[in-house]
Amino acid sequence: MPGAVCVRRYPAPAVNRREILRYAGVRGEAPGIEPLLDDCLREAAPLLVYRVCFREFPVTAQDGGLDLGFARTGSADLKRNLAGCPRLVLFAATVGLGPDRLVGKYSRLSPSRALLLQAVGAERIESLCDVFAQELAGEAAARGLSPRPRFSPGYGDFPLSVQREIFGALDCPRSIGVSLNESLLMTPSKSVTAVIGLAPAGQGNACPASGCGGCGRKDCSVRRET
Amino acid sequence: MKITELIKDRILYLDGGMGTLLQQQGLEPGELPERWNLTRPELVAGIHRAYSDAGCHVICTNTFGANRLKFSSDELEAVIRAAVENARRAVGRGSAGLPRWVALDVGPTGRMLCPYGDLDFEEAVAVFAETVRLGVKYGVDLIFIETMSDSYETKAALLAAKENCDLPVFVSNAYGEDGKLMTGADPAAMVAMLEGMGADAVGVNCSLGPRALAAVVEQYLACASVPVLFKPNAGLPRVENGQTVYDLAPAEFAADVAELVRRGVRMAGGCCGTTPDHLAAMVRACEGLEPVPLRPEPRTCVSSYTHAVVFGGEPVLIGERINPTGKKRFKEALRAQDMDYILKEGIAQQEKGVGLLDVNVGLPEIDETAMLRRAVCELQAVTDLPLQIDTADPAAMEAALRRYNGKAMLNSVSGKRESMEAVFPLAKKYGGVIVALTLDENGIPETAEGRLEIARRILERAASYGIGKQDLVFDPLAMAVSADSRAAVETLRAVELIRRELGCHTSLGVSNVSFGLPARDLVNSTFFAMALSRGLSAAIMNPYSDAMMQVYHAYRALAGLDASCAAYIGYAGALPAAQAAPAAPAAPAAQPPLAAPDAAKAGGVDSGTGLRRAVEKGLREQAERLTAELLRTLPPMQLIQEEIIPALDAVGEGFENKTVYLPQLLMSAEAAKAAFEVVRAHASAGREGDKAGPGRCRVILATVKGDIHDIGKNIVRLLLENYGFDVTDLGRDVAPERVTEETVRLHAPLVGLSALMTTTVPAMEETIRQLRARAPWCRIVVGGAVLTQEYADAIGADKYAKDAMETVRYAEQIDRA
Repeated sequence: MPGAVCVRRYPAPAVNRREILRYAGVRGEAPGIEPLLDDCLREAAPLLVYRVCFREFPVTAQDGGLDLGFARTGSADLKRNLAGCPRLVLFAATVGLGPDRLVGKYSRLSPSRALLLQAVGAERIESLCDVFAQELAGEAAARGLSPRPRFSPGYGDFPLSVQREIFGALDCPRSIGVSLNESLLMTPSKSVTAVIGLAPAGQGNACPASGCGGCGRKDCSVRRET
Repeated sequence: MKITELIKDRILYLDGGMGTLLQQQGLEPGELPERWNLTRPELVAGIHRAYSDAGCHVICTNTFGANRLKFSSDELEAVIRAAVENARRAVGRGSAGLPRWVALDVGPTGRMLCPYGDLDFEEAVAVFAETVRLGVKYGVDLIFIETMSDSYETKAALLAAKENCDLPVFVSNAYGEDGKLMTGADPAAMVAMLEGMGADAVGVNCSLGPRALAAVVEQYLACASVPVLFKPNAGLPRVENGQTVYDLAPAEFAADVAELVRRGVRMAGGCCGTTPDHLAAMVRACEGLEPVPLRPEPRTCVSSYTHAVVFGGEPVLIGERINPTGKKRFKEALRAQDMDYILKEGIAQQEKGVGLLDVNVGLPEIDETAMLRRAVCELQAVTDLPLQIDTADPAAMEAALRRYNGKAMLNSVSGKRESMEAVFPLAKKYGGVIVALTLDENGIPETAEGRLEIARRILERAASYGIGKQDLVFDPLAMAVSADSRAAVETLRAVELIRRELGCHTSLGVSNVSFGLPARDLVNSTFFAMALSRGLSAAIMNPYSDAMMQVYHAYRALAGLDASCAAYIGYAGALPAAQAAPAAPAAPAAQPPLAAPDAAKAGGVDSGTGLRRAVEKGLREQAERLTAELLRTLPPMQLIQEEIIPALDAVGEGFENKTVYLPQLLMSAEAAKAAFEVVRAHASAGREGDKAGPGRCRVILATVKGDIHDIGKNIVRLLLENYGFDVTDLGRDVAPERVTEETVRLHAPLVGLSALMTTTVPAMEETIRQLRARAPWCRIVVGGAVLTQEYADAIGADKYAKDAMETVRYAEQIDRA
């Protein structure tokens, strides 16, 4: 079989307060928020877990689209992202149900706290994905491969419906405790699935700009300034 | 031979991994392994046979994911039938030595239950029930529920098994490296709930290797009074040359498992990565081991979805404040179905340090069954404390108990026949520790001996239902000492007698003792201290009473329950200076004027009073204090119009001009809401006839069907309420029909709909379509992360609001129109 699902657990990545505030809609100085943020971080920390499961697949061209090993797709944006990649790593990451519990607890009792906790969760899962991607880059380099920026269902024309195949391939409920509901939402909500293409090193970074720079939507409230 | 009898004094072997073996045989990623029962029956039966030959007594069918969420009903029946046949054919009725048992393997649904996922609890029960009925139909010997990583889903599965068969049920959970289930439960909590519901064996499987799970298994052995089972993985998987390998070879796996059998595990097997070789080695390694006797005395404990609370060590404080008796504002909240009020009471009591919350929402004019069920579910979403379900209505008790995630406390049963007949069957079915009042048809006996006698009769009767004494906590009833000077003495004697003669725990509703006396706190807390020293295990009490909490902390230190008095010192350090100081001054310190420090601390321009500033700055506690202060001199309407509203306007404008950010807007809105609440309490206390807040039109809010994100909607609700709108919040994941019905019923002029995901925008469109057909008068405002003006236009909304303030402004337009 083509390699089974591996699971990794991580210690808490370093906290990026600026990112948290950005997710909470703060775009400049906001006196009075810092103590509340400290409080939220203190309450969230013991409830967070950092888990990733992943599995490697070959990528092959097929009928103008791609066979990703776990699904077939006609997504042009993903095709651009994976151009020149013979393999990919499919992963799912989560920081657990803690943020959902806390947001649920406070969303009616103190929406300001809920908002910040939701921002904390968003920053935590993004930081976890970054840590995983960085580690993967090191491992790929040893194999003479270089990873592409991660690409998630819902980016560009890569449809959210591929979540079903991803959950089949990674057995997310069992491996890291993430489940998929009928509207393709994940629980815990602070979870991410994505593919990372692996290209032969030294080919140059052929893929287009990533992150906010690569997104067509210019009026998004959390778009990074740079 | 019955397996449940056999495991009482024997060690049995369960089988090993199935899924990982099928993968080695070519099962594709995402392919359903249960289908192989039909397409590759020989291969599946061969694996069963190999485990049986290795010495495994219990063979689990290949039905881990066989449920109606994954299979059509016809295919499900075919799959389960084939699975049972494959197992039965492979092992026959047993070979040499002990027989073999075929267990229906039941894994998780793969979906998360409400409120965090979208699978309703009863739907989950129905899903499991269908699988169980089919397994029984095709002749399995027992039900094996395994790899459950959520306590609530585990309860649904066990309930389904119990309601649909009389076969033995074993329940096994999957723990993470932190020693907890994915949704937070620790082993003690799981054992409490599962034993309470009548699981025949409990245990641990999957996720990690035997060593990494040893600590979890030890906790099971310490808590459980039923046999403990263990089915670990063959260590952790890694990929080697494109092949998945697990890091434990059969010999190491066998040695590690045998070590835990030596410590008390009764049924051992394997999970992912284990093979017939692993199991054969394990059976050999365990040969000749003597079974460790089971725990003789079950513990008296209740649990939440995270932890258990055990009676007998620490005194257990049960917060009594979620109860409408004598509370006008609470009754008002119940009638208005204002859950937030109840939830706040729960959280506030938890912050005061109680270990359990009593939940009583009985009011003659409300539907207590629906209300109690809802209160229990919603409280469990905001607090991890175990709950004490307090009702005289058995239907309400069952509804709440069924949905409760854990093992609840039940308040209460008495020595009256009718009461026992109503409560004991519920406790037997769902599990629970029952508060038993020592009174019967003849009332409350005057003497301690009389109460002991009733307790004895209750115990006997409970035993006839299969309820052990560990699941009864006796309340020998505190009576008013003002009416009978011997009342307290007899109650205290009864506490002692019940503990000594029956070996049972006790609980008291302490505050009754002071009825009719002045300075009740003093009497209550002294009585509480006396009862504790006589062996009282728990008290239903008011945690806002400093005197009671002081007794509790001091008692713990004095009774040797507080190492180095650390908790006491911490508690005393937080007391007001006058009480905590080693030598308190005779005269109380003068209180500083309330408004002054605010203005001093602000350092900016003081706009209006301190209250206005406190709201602007989002200082909730100050806003509450100052409102109470100002209400002594200002009429409520003036306070609202001249202080709170201007502050809200200033902050709202700041937000619109981008000088104030969303978290600040919310902090300010929360401070305003807290101030309004003070005004409201003032009004409902009868000092003022005025209704708080300027009345504005009704607004219905909902997050649409399929979407469970509701921060945005709650933000909108908070702001609308502050601006005086009469908000009906239908919650999240709301069907179009429900939105329409409520809009028609209330003839609401404005409906706000929220959606976060592109996948749920069609549900929003459908809701709008239904509203247009049945409530043509209403205006519809939409918002949420994925929405844009174009989207809003395309689905026919009247208004797209980019944020909460814009919704408020639109609602103001509608209100004026």
